[in-house]
Amino acid sequence: MNKPIALEARGVSKYFGKVAANVNVDLTVYRGEILAILGENGCGKTTLMNMFAGIYYPDSGSVLVDGKEVVIRSPKDAFSHGIGMIHQHFKLVDLFTAAENIVLGIKDGKKYNIKEVNRRVAEIADKYGFHVDPKKKIYEMSVSEKQTVEILKVLYRGADILILDEPSAVLTPQETGKLFDVLRRMREDGKSILIITHKLHEVMAISDRVAVLRKGEHIATVETAQTSPAELTEMMVGKKVELNIDRPEPENVRDRLVVEGLSMTDADGVKILDNITFTAKAGEILGIAGIAGSGQRELLESIAGLHHLQNGKITYYNPKKDKPITFYHKSFERVMELAHEGMLRYTDGRPFTGKDENGKSLSKKAITAQVNAGEILFVQDEVINLREKTPLQIRELGVRLSFVPEDRLGMGLVGNMDLVDNMMLRSYRRGHTVFVDRKKPGTLAQEIVHDLEVVTPNTHTPVRRLSGGNVQKVLVGREIAAAPTVLMAAYPVRGLDINSSYTIYNLLTEQKKNGTAVVFVGEDLDVLLELCDRILVLCGGRVTGVMDGRSVTKEEIGLLMTKTEDEISEIKEGNERENA
Amino acid sequence: MKMHEKQKREPLLRVTKRDSMPIWKSMLIRVIAVLAAILVCAVLSVLVLDNVDFIKFIKTLFSGAVGTPRNIWKLGKNTAVLLCIALAVTPAFRMKFWNIGAEGQTLIGALAAVAVAYYLGGKLPNPVLLVLMLIAAVLAGAVWGGIPAIFKAKWNTNETLFTLMMNYVATGLVAFCLTKWCPSNGSVLGALPHGHLPIILNEYLLLILVTLVMTAIVHVYLYYTKHGYEISVVGESENTARYIGINVGKVVIRTMIVSGAICGLAGFLIVGALDHSITTTSVGGMGFTAIMASWLAKFNPLIMIGSSLFITFIQQGAAEIGSAVDPAFPNIIVGIVLFFIIGCEFFIGYKLKFREKAGKSEKGGKAQ
Amino acid sequence: MNPFLDFVITAIPLGITFLFGCVGEILTEKVGHLNLGIPGIMCVGGTCGCVALKLVKGSGLPWPLIVVIAILAAFAGGMMMGLIYSFLTVTLKANQNVTGLAMTTFGVGVTKFIMAPMAAGGGMSYLYALKYFRYPFQGRTDALMYCGLMVFLGIGIALVAQFVLSKTRMGLHLRAVGENPATADAVGINVTGYKYVTTLIGSGIAALGGLFYIMNYAGSYEAYKSIEALGWLSVALVIFTLWKPALSVVGSFVFGLLYIAGSRIPTLLGIQLDMSATPLLQMLPYLVTVIVLIITSVRKKRENQPPASLGLPYFREER
Repeated sequence: MNKPIALEARGVSKYFGKVAANVNVDLTVYRGEILAILGENGCGKTTLMNMFAGIYYPDSGSVLVDGKEVVIRSPKDAFSHGIGMIHQHFKLVDLFTAAENIVLGIKDGKKYNIKEVNRRVAEIADKYGFHVDPKKKIYEMSVSEKQTVEILKVLYRGADILILDEPSAVLTPQETGKLFDVLRRMREDGKSILIITHKLHEVMAISDRVAVLRKGEHIATVETAQTSPAELTEMMVGKKVELNIDRPEPENVRDRLVVEGLSMTDADGVKILDNITFTAKAGEILGIAGIAGSGQRELLESIAGLHHLQNGKITYYNPKKDKPITFYHKSFERVMELAHEGMLRYTDGRPFTGKDENGKSLSKKAITAQVNAGEILFVQDEVINLREKTPLQIRELGVRLSFVPEDRLGMGLVGNMDLVDNMMLRSYRRGHTVFVDRKKPGTLAQEIVHDLEVVTPNTHTPVRRLSGGNVQKVLVGREIAAAPTVLMAAYPVRGLDINSSYTIYNLLTEQKKNGTAVVFVGEDLDVLLELCDRILVLCGGRVTGVMDGRSVTKEEIGLLMTKTEDEISEIKEGNERENA
Repeated sequence: MKMHEKQKREPLLRVTKRDSMPIWKSMLIRVIAVLAAILVCAVLSVLVLDNVDFIKFIKTLFSGAVGTPRNIWKLGKNTAVLLCIALAVTPAFRMKFWNIGAEGQTLIGALAAVAVAYYLGGKLPNPVLLVLMLIAAVLAGAVWGGIPAIFKAKWNTNETLFTLMMNYVATGLVAFCLTKWCPSNGSVLGALPHGHLPIILNEYLLLILVTLVMTAIVHVYLYYTKHGYEISVVGESENTARYIGINVGKVVIRTMIVSGAICGLAGFLIVGALDHSITTTSVGGMGFTAIMASWLAKFNPLIMIGSSLFITFIQQGAAEIGSAVDPAFPNIIVGIVLFFIIGCEFFIGYKLKFREKAGKSEKGGKAQ
Repeated sequence: MNPFLDFVITAIPLGITFLFGCVGEILTEKVGHLNLGIPGIMCVGGTCGCVALKLVKGSGLPWPLIVVIAILAAFAGGMMMGLIYSFLTVTLKANQNVTGLAMTTFGVGVTKFIMAPMAAGGGMSYLYALKYFRYPFQGRTDALMYCGLMVFLGIGIALVAQFVLSKTRMGLHLRAVGENPATADAVGINVTGYKYVTTLIGSGIAALGGLFYIMNYAGSYEAYKSIEALGWLSVALVIFTLWKPALSVVGSFVFGLLYIAGSRIPTLLGIQLDMSATPLLQMLPYLVTVIVLIITSVRKKRENQPPASLGLPYFREER
């Protein structure tokens, strides 16, 4: 390529404490090109971009703009070198108009004249094909409009190098298409565009080159035209790592939680979950894989009763009421069918299969006698509808649903309360007095500290003073102590060291062995592949596949995480448009 | 070279949130702040007041507060009233509901008690009258506290501004009642003959005892009951409250009703034990001082005994110093002492890091 | 003068007292600081102005200069109070409510301490300047006599404040700080600087209200005792006028009318109004404010809400 180099990183490294976010990264961006930055969660993409944008300062290495070494210590410095970044979380004043947000903070010495600003904003918008009303207030805007304002904010300041952090994460496919048109126009105008993304089809559709990062390192930069999604996936996820997590075969598997057609939108009206259907089964671990922000958190929170749903059914089968089967309700043939499906058992717990201890088939007469004597029970789970129930109602229905939320200290635990009080969060209502009972929670806290080897001075230490791993042990310990039938855990090992992580894996597996339906949302594919019996893959709020945990490969999951069927067809359309 | 790069970017002084601090250390900071404040006040007094030197300042401060048995009783009484109102605002504050309407809630309680005594006094036996006064006061306070809470829970109406306004509506109502009751007497209601609380030893002791019992009750309510537990959870994190299925709005309303009711009780005590009458300034700003007492005690009822005593001590001691000149002097002293204590909390909650130390950064920027 | 006109005109200068406090408070609230010290600041403003008047008494300075000196002194006094408040709440991130209340305690104390001895002499040490403040109507005996120079100053300040807030870059930045300090910080606005400067200027403006009330409206040596109550009314007026200085010019007039209606309406209409009507009418501004507060929160119109970060300290590391 003989375009001039716009931005260059040479041997850039950045550490957070002991954790390396970027190690010795080299990167080159040309004028008039779109460079995709591809990588898994936590591979250091955003950190690297933040160093260009002046949010972080590299620990070592240098950054060059137009071939000259520059020092970027603040977003302001970045702007003075023509670099502007559009963050995932918009930084806009809701009450202001688009134009007001765009000029905010600019001190160009010119007289402030909002009409003139409106005119210039409209002019820039026109040039690149944006549709935005400069006088519209941010709080009246859709997410894509807000994003447009963020982009205009950067352009208005005269940026030539634009960095977009997962711009399509909040957009519909149509809006993404429009955004890409705009980006192409900017490229034609000679701007350099860095776009962070996990979505392969977008990479293929929009970029000229792709830089792949993995675990903080720059793996390679390749020409988009000369690569394929499969090759990129391989570079992105790397080779499979053996972890040796114990995974017993599931036993007595039966449906516990059935989710059908679940959809929800957030406060901004963005569709977060779209027609989700799956079943969590007792006695197995269902893994949920997906790029961060694909709806994992909202899915679990919806089941736990924290969100209002647009659509869908959540059905819970309460393993309680096993009733004797009678011929009044079922014919003999039906009974035998049920026996075959494993739905029947003797009152003493042995499964009824229609055969005796020696494997010989029982006679019709013998079976009739047993049925009439009420010795055969129909394993009937009580059907409970969980939709539109509050967490309290769910508990009052006798549903033992435990939930380890992603936000440990902001939701699962109260940081300023001690271990004992945190134990009570779930159970403080017990008993008929007005007083809380701290005795049982106290014992429970002691047990958890002892059993899970929580490092804490005592059980009266505020949990925020504990380390991340210990906080998580306390939370998981409490949720397991409720003897759940469903245990949902969102990123339970995030930020934990190896030992604590394995403690958590073992706890989950133990629950599975006890017949709990475990739902595990994870980000490390290696862990998901070794821990889970089945893996559900989410992409953009939709289920893109439910795979068998023992046979699926990392690449397969990787591909499912990055595209949906619709989007595949869109890539084609995009390519056709490109070619046309 | 790396260090050099890093230092260039570290600001000279960096402020970070402090995780925790040993209690002795935080107490030491507060004691230093109080001593510094008293020093400043002493210097001020020496400068602006005649015939005051430093020794005399300290001496008078103490003799004013605890110099005579009468002063000690007065200290006890004033502390008790302040403490009672401070206890009242505490449940709401623990929930991060900024109720600055204690003044009005107390006043309306006092008004209700006076109204009962005014209309029914002499017609009922004194104990019955007192019980009715108590009920009326508590109810009135509860309503006055509950109204802003309902709007907060339903429509997220700003509670600070709402409760503040309610103070003056209460004042207006008192003024209105006074013109109704005693139009001929320049709207001054003399001491009512009925509805006096029994005098044990002196008129202050019962008040002090009741307040101490209330302290224990509020303490138990906040730390040992399910309600108190819910208040703490809602105050710490609404997300957690939702997660475990607490109805936040209900807790907000209920807690404000409790707050208002205790204010009503304080109003009843002011009327029944002390004033036997009411004016628009019966509460005399104590509703606001109580907020500071509660805040200083970190919303802990037992520590509140100390903070209320401390504020009253300074007030009363300073009154003695300034008495020759003007009764307003204690306000100045209290104001200065409060400025220092408010300011010192910064050094307890935050850490100052200077550039030289920054190199040995103990914790990375990104929480893992 | 026609008694009705007299009534209406009296309400204007009375309202100006609230107007100063209100505009000052609007500015501080616009940068996210609920300053409950406004009543104390107004008291201190009045005091500083009067002390300055006492100091220049008999100095032979031209009278307009005397007025200016008093105004500057009041403004400076307010700024001093504002400095204490800003230092505690901005730099030391102290609780705004507690700090504000302590400011009022302190300010009222200072005022009583200084003003009582001055007033003991019949207030002549500063009331001599009454005629200067009431220029050009110093000779009148009807309501116009209150309409001195500072009335126009007050309205002028309110209009300028409105202009700055809604039409200038500074105003845009200032509002951004109060709405979303993290965003303002991210685009390079000096959040701390804006908070300090605005709070200081706001406190200075509010302080003028105290001086105005003593020297223009009340004109009595006991006037200092009423300032605190009027200060709280100023805080109410901020809500009543939905954080809009221009609207507060009208709002202050309405509050002024309500405040004196009880004493004026009976003579006006020639009816015997029950004495109890006065406290009820004086309670009205607060009640109306509560209703406005409720309506705005129910309607949820974003433009009419308190600034989004009102009452919250800004700490950059928490971004």
